Amino acid sequence: MSGEHPSERLIERYVAGSPAIAAASSPAVVAVGEPDAPADELWALEAHLEACRVCRDRLSVVVPARAPAVATLVGTVWSGLEPRLTATSQAPRRRRLGVRLPVRLSGWLTPVMVPWLAMAASVTVIALLLDLFGTGGGTGRVPLVLLLAPVLPVLGVAASWSRGLDPAYELTASVPGAGLPLVLRRTASVLAVLVPALLVGGWVTGVMVAQWLLPCLTFTSATLALGGLVGVTRAAVALVAVWAAVIVAPGLATTSGTVFTLRDGSLPVWGLLLALATGVVIARRGAYFVLGTHR
Amino acid sequence: MTRAVSAAEIATTTSAWQIRATGLQVRAGRKRMAVDGLDLSLGTGVHGLLGPNGAGKTTLIRALATVLRPAGGTLELFGESVGGLGEHRALRRRIGYLPQEFGYYKRFTVREFVEYLAWLKEVPKSDIPAAVQRAVERVGLADRADERMKGLSGGMVRRVGIAQAIVNDPAILLLDEPTAGLDPAQRLRFRELLQELGTDTCVAVSTHLVEDVAAACTDVVLFVGGRLAFQGTPDELASAGGPEHAGDSPLERGYSALLLGSESERGSWRTSMCCASSRGAPSLPGRAW
Repeated sequence: MSGEHPSERLIERYVAGSPAIAAASSPAVVAVGEPDAPADELWALEAHLEACRVCRDRLSVVVPARAPAVATLVGTVWSGLEPRLTATSQAPRRRRLGVRLPVRLSGWLTPVMVPWLAMAASVTVIALLLDLFGTGGGTGRVPLVLLLAPVLPVLGVAASWSRGLDPAYELTASVPGAGLPLVLRRTASVLAVLVPALLVGGWVTGVMVAQWLLPCLTFTSATLALGGLVGVTRAAVALVAVWAAVIVAPGLATTSGTVFTLRDGSLPVWGLLLALATGVVIARRGAYFVLGTHR
Repeated sequence: MTRAVSAAEIATTTSAWQIRATGLQVRAGRKRMAVDGLDLSLGTGVHGLLGPNGAGKTTLIRALATVLRPAGGTLELFGESVGGLGEHRALRRRIGYLPQEFGYYKRFTVREFVEYLAWLKEVPKSDIPAAVQRAVERVGLADRADERMKGLSGGMVRRVGIAQAIVNDPAILLLDEPTAGLDPAQRLRFRELLQELGTDTCVAVSTHLVEDVAAACTDVVLFVGGRLAFQGTPDELASAGGPEHAGDSPLERGYSALLLGSESERGSWRTSMCCASSRGAPSLPGRAW
């Protein structure tokens, strides 16, 4: 807004009313007619008043003195409106305590993801407890946290973009805000919950961060990459099966300490897979804009 | 003085039709071609998409909503071609869509849900509260706006679906079976809303209720076996039927006459001719419905 404001006189003339205003505004203004405010001046003034709070305040100061009829009309309308306004504005405020938080977070996760995340987090805690108290049935020295790390986020990711689990999936897929950024936001929120939990678990059981973080990210990324091709739910199921066959089974069978797939030497392989999966996700980002071909 | 006119509002349409399909083919699932060689042009107004179950209405609406990509032919929305794996963000901001299976989050209130969708539809943040209030009022849910969705009846949930579809003031509005679950009074109100929207929006409503079409639509599109069987005004549809055809109203008789005609055309003659010109589709008298 420029620094220019209408003169006091112009505002007074506006309050007093003119035939041009009379045609456009309330009947209360019609009574006192002063014909010397041209239509374009009026238009400019009203446009300015709509945007300028200072001048609206100046106007409201002038009104009671110059146009008592308008002032009483406004007073009547206001007194009729006030009780209803207080009644309606309180209704939403009452909810604010319990419900606001998830709604503010809805840009990051959907309500259906919450139970899945809770489950993944509690599995982490249980695994950690089993590790700590040494009852991790027959795993030898392979911490359960390490075994579970890759597959936990897969569950959350599956719930974040799945046709079967998310009731609003079709609606979400049809909006301009859909696509990879939204999927990544939801994935990030899954990781934001699980990575700290795993971090604590890894620290307590003395596992190197890269040892679980890389498989964890690789599986997450692979879920999305495969999900773009066959649907996220199917991808998650397939990857959990792969995880069970390649990591858990040898992990439970072996007594020699570390499983090959989670040994330090395998980290470059995990890194390579992660890069590959990320590449596929980026190359096929358009797939997150359309409906999956299955449920 | 700045006037808030967005670029989208004054953008010139490069096409006379908001929706234009030529030889459009869309797959439902892996194999079945649910829309097969459709030629269709839709402009401003309310278009009733009529057809028997399984005619491909939902698949067509999904393709128009750009959530399914054409397998063949061309589809243009606002003169812009839709296809491949493009993102069509700008296009989607001007589309409103109500899916047939309208899923929602039970814990959200009506207002929260519509706000969430407005956010997803990239409505400018400062406009969201007003846009949501306007949409909720238009579907007559202003007094229930702060109730949770799980407490609503089926008809009200549908109306929330309609509210979220119109919250971004779309230029193309796609409604898949919007009257399912509405009681007669709500249906009347809904028709009024449709007529109101149809003055400046291209509204495509799929339905299998002929009376919905008669009351609210300026244009009827009859869709059989993935193809266009008829396009014209409700009056033209009514005049296609004669007393020998099944139905309680002229429109229903016209509908069965055209259905009969297009089915026999596809079934026994196996013609590859497009059905777009079959306004006076031959009806076979004497064949039982």
